[in-house]
Amino acid sequence: MIALLVRDMRLAMRAGGGFGLGLAFFLLVAVLVPLGVGPNSTVLALIAPGILWVGALLACLLSLDRVFALDFEDGSLDLLVTAPIPLEGVVAIKALAHWTVTGLPLTIVAPVLGVLLNLPVDGYVWLVVSLALGTPALSVIGAFGAALTVGLKRGGLLLSLLVLPLYVPTLIFGAEVVKRGAEGMATGTPLALLAAITAGAAALLPFASAAAIRINLR
Amino acid sequence: MSFWEYANPQKFMQLSRKVMPWVAGASVLCLVGGLAWGFFGTPDDYKQGSTVKIIYLHVPAAMMAINAWVMMLVTSLVWLIRRHHVSALAAKAAAPVGLVFTLIALATGALWGQPMWGTWWAWDPRLTSFLILALFYLGYIALWQAVDDPDTAADLTGVLCIVGSVFALLSRYAVNFWNQGLHQGASLSLDKEENVADVFWFPLLVCIAGFVLLFLALVLLRTRTEIRARRMGALLARERMG
Repeated sequence: MIALLVRDMRLAMRAGGGFGLGLAFFLLVAVLVPLGVGPNSTVLALIAPGILWVGALLACLLSLDRVFALDFEDGSLDLLVTAPIPLEGVVAIKALAHWTVTGLPLTIVAPVLGVLLNLPVDGYVWLVVSLALGTPALSVIGAFGAALTVGLKRGGLLLSLLVLPLYVPTLIFGAEVVKRGAEGMATGTPLALLAAITAGAAALLPFASAAAIRINLR
Repeated sequence: MSFWEYANPQKFMQLSRKVMPWVAGASVLCLVGGLAWGFFGTPDDYKQGSTVKIIYLHVPAAMMAINAWVMMLVTSLVWLIRRHHVSALAAKAAAPVGLVFTLIALATGALWGQPMWGTWWAWDPRLTSFLILALFYLGYIALWQAVDDPDTAADLTGVLCIVGSVFALLSRYAVNFWNQGLHQGASLSLDKEENVADVFWFPLLVCIAGFVLLFLALVLLRTRTEIRARRMGALLARERMG
């Protein structure tokens, strides 16, 4: 399983685009929003938590179709299905690999973009904490969407349509944590709910994703 | 004689041929009667004036929009567990009906909200969760359209329906947390003292019955169409082979 994780991360880093693309997209969102909204710093501070979370979510979405599609095309997904490790484990590892190359870097650069968006000082800790806790859920849910659409040509748009409604609770709680943190309020409740979504999704969704892949490869 | 006998398409077609006209007729009767009673036979509300009458479309449509998804969840489970094709086709048939009911609820709500709240749209928990429900319906229908093999499509949409139900429920309570509501609370609960007054309640009940029957009739009709389309596909395939 570790070999699979390393392989997936290597592929994502070396095969061009996938790794940097999400980060570049996130950066662009953070640069373009002030250009569109105007440089008023109070307005920016007000919308910064939401914009940063939406940007992270869309950046995550960008690389989702690569989770299974490339392996499906060259046939290695068939080998993984027949491999001795359970497919549920494969899915979980692939989601983890996706998170390590998208969610983790996003979490690390988010404070820098927070400066661009004039995020209040109290918000930085909560931004990092909420992204670190929430982005794994985005990867796991995204892997489910990718598993559903793996056999389809031009599944990209459909993938976004399927995955975006599933992202709603994560986005709401994640952005709420940062908003409350930035305003200096207690963040315990949304943070606990966000962690609960991540834990629940990571525990249960790999089974649904594995079922979807088995159906698609039948 | 068991309920599962109607999982046989032949039996289902026979039964639904007999039942469907009655259901459709009763639905038209209830809807015409209930709406006429509601629009002409009930007084204006003292606060909302005549805009209160949209309740006869809005509430039943909203109820059925949610119940349609629940029905799809049940039929998807039946398909995934017992592999009855009629069940999967019924889920497929119900999705567009549910989507239309969702849109009716959103549109009538906007029409009522404009004079009453002074806005077509507010990011109120109930409104938002209905918008999200509409997105779930869209995704579900799109997935059915995108997959070529009918059994694969039925399996994948079944899995999506189950996962989607969990997340739809999560979203429902997440948006509650996210914003305070403008929408009034439930006024039809069986266990509450304060409910909608009887003058409005009885025609509303007739309208709800009408929408339930309308949903049933449409789903039966669409399921029959799906079964016929499936048979036609099989006949064409046989012709090409032989």
